[in-house]
Amino acid sequence: MTLAGNLLAAFILLNAIIVVVTYITLLERKFAARMQSRIGPYYVGWPHGWLQPIADALKLMLKEDVVPTPADRWVYNLAPLVFLVPCLLIFATIPFAPGLGLADLNIGVLFFLAVSALEIVGLFMGGWGSNNKYALLSAMRAVNQIISYDLPFIFAALVPVVLTGSMQMSAIVAAQQGLFGWFIFYPVIGQLAFLAFVVATLAAENRVPFDILEAESELVAGFRVEYSGMKFALIQLGEYAHMLGTSFLGALLFLGGWLGPGDGWLGPLWFLLKAVLVFLLVTWVRWSFVRIRVDQILGISWKLLLPATVLLLLATGFVVALGHGHGP
Amino acid sequence: MDPEARTVVEVGYGGNERLIMNMGPQHPSAHGVFRAILTLEGETIAGVDAVIGYLHRCHEKLGETLTYVQYPSIASKTDYVAAMTSELAYVAAVEKVGKIDVPRRAQYLRVLVAELQRIASHCLWLGTWCLDLGGALGGGATVFLYTMRERETILDLFEALTGARLLYGFHQVGGVRYDLPAGWGERCRTTLELVDRRIDEYEAMLDDNAFFRVRTQGVGMISQELALEVGLSGPLIRGSGVGYDVRRAEPYSGYEDFDFKIPVETAGDCYARYRVRMQEFRQSMAIVRQVLDGLPEGPIGSRPGVKSVGQVRIAKGEGYARVEGARGEVGCYLISDGSPKPYRMKWRGASFSNLAILPHILTGHKVADVVAIMGSVDPVFGEVDR
Repeated sequence: MTLAGNLLAAFILLNAIIVVVTYITLLERKFAARMQSRIGPYYVGWPHGWLQPIADALKLMLKEDVVPTPADRWVYNLAPLVFLVPCLLIFATIPFAPGLGLADLNIGVLFFLAVSALEIVGLFMGGWGSNNKYALLSAMRAVNQIISYDLPFIFAALVPVVLTGSMQMSAIVAAQQGLFGWFIFYPVIGQLAFLAFVVATLAAENRVPFDILEAESELVAGFRVEYSGMKFALIQLGEYAHMLGTSFLGALLFLGGWLGPGDGWLGPLWFLLKAVLVFLLVTWVRWSFVRIRVDQILGISWKLLLPATVLLLLATGFVVALGHGHGP
Repeated sequence: MDPEARTVVEVGYGGNERLIMNMGPQHPSAHGVFRAILTLEGETIAGVDAVIGYLHRCHEKLGETLTYVQYPSIASKTDYVAAMTSELAYVAAVEKVGKIDVPRRAQYLRVLVAELQRIASHCLWLGTWCLDLGGALGGGATVFLYTMRERETILDLFEALTGARLLYGFHQVGGVRYDLPAGWGERCRTTLELVDRRIDEYEAMLDDNAFFRVRTQGVGMISQELALEVGLSGPLIRGSGVGYDVRRAEPYSGYEDFDFKIPVETAGDCYARYRVRMQEFRQSMAIVRQVLDGLPEGPIGSRPGVKSVGQVRIAKGEGYARVEGARGEVGCYLISDGSPKPYRMKWRGASFSNLAILPHILTGHKVADVVAIMGSVDPVFGEVDR
């Protein structure tokens, strides 16, 4: 494709992702509300709060941009951007249907995992640049946690890669053909890997029970505490975009991506549905449990999840060596 | 960098590894207005300096300027979460000093509302504690909204009885002010059944929940000796193995007629205090059912109806009356001089004495444990600051 064609495709994708991310916040709010025996956004865009995300975005755009006096200006102002860009960049590598992807790299999964880890830099910049003890404490905790959980996350995501024999995302989906071909149905290894993936996602996304980053009751919004207006909107956008991105990855790696009954053009819809399913699973856990302490979180990562995922990967390698992989 | 900002940064970061962090008075989990100046070494608390007084409203001075008829409505504002027991402490003190009898029906009604109030107060405690533990945007909020739903049903009962949801003005010197409206007893029983079922749900959700346990077990250990030395009361001391409850130690208002257990746990950590309060839910419901079954007929006050604010005068004397509030022993010490107003009135706030435990148990814990411990201490700052 020509440069102009690529730019147009990127523009369209970016807008589509941002709209989807915006409405997924509404979905989360409605879902959480129903769990708590209430309704959720209702009046804005009556009857079911359909205009609520737009109203929130408008409100944030119209807010005054307050920069705290002792803040380190360059770091503080750049942090939301450095946080947001990797979170949106990961969508470039996800193919939404065979051939319908912006950049279906042959190292797709590697690129995704590497770039998604870059958000930590933006996060720490936000905490440091705010010159606020709460923000700094929270940013340090978050860096600690995300680094600890990125390893099990990567290992769990590598299980389907090893089973397929390729890091290219469309190849991984192609290897999941068949009625029970999805990797989540792969005996024992598939289920364990999916479980590890979900737990690591919860931690890498700072979702309860691993949300010491936010910990409203202790640190009052963590590294975001000094941000308001559009910068806050960018941070929120980045967080939910990252959340959606890892849901898409989970759906692609474990739930068969765009595979589903019906015509080929239904593929992206199935993909979206599966990604929303993974997202709702994470949301369900988020609104059900209390959070655990930071030293307990790190204990779970290093003492439980990391050895478990390493063993799982070794087992997967063993299984593939015996010839049971879904290789090309 | 701004020179003033530079001083702020230097003062905070000390030079050595310690960081002084301020929690409160405006803080989502300060349980009111409470300021704790924490000295942190990394994530561990090295010292705590508790500052109170942000809610001081001169209750004891008000007690001297308001008459015995006027003050009970104000007494509810000390422990505003469990207003019935606060009012009861004051009128019990007046009745003790003035040697005023209370008719049987009034005594039973007082027990009824006190126990219902305990259930409502513990609903709030559970909700706010889980909110602190689990985050305002997370599982804690879910538990909070569920328990608030139950609390609302009980507050509806109180509204039908007294006209008010939070601060009642129900107690009067010599009796109570309102009698049960028609059908209230049935409504109360239905509400209790609902609350009973829901408490089962909460226990199922939280008792064996691994996350909950790991946050609360072993956290905030109060040994029996420490509890007795510092002077705790209520679920704090009963969670540390001391079976002291004012309703048994010095029965008041007809409590000796009812059959109920005092839950005691020996572990002394936050989980033990949680278990004590959950069992107190059930015991309070048992007491309310017994009261409804055995409520005698009769007058609801031994004094004539209120016609003027100065009509209650008691002889010179002094005395101390205490009740078992939801948070511990709430007491009122009264000195009267024969006029319609007391000469001196002193509140013993349960939360004030309970907060004294904080410097002993917070050091050595992590920052996240502060909220778990504060929640299990369950202070209400109206009682602390008065």
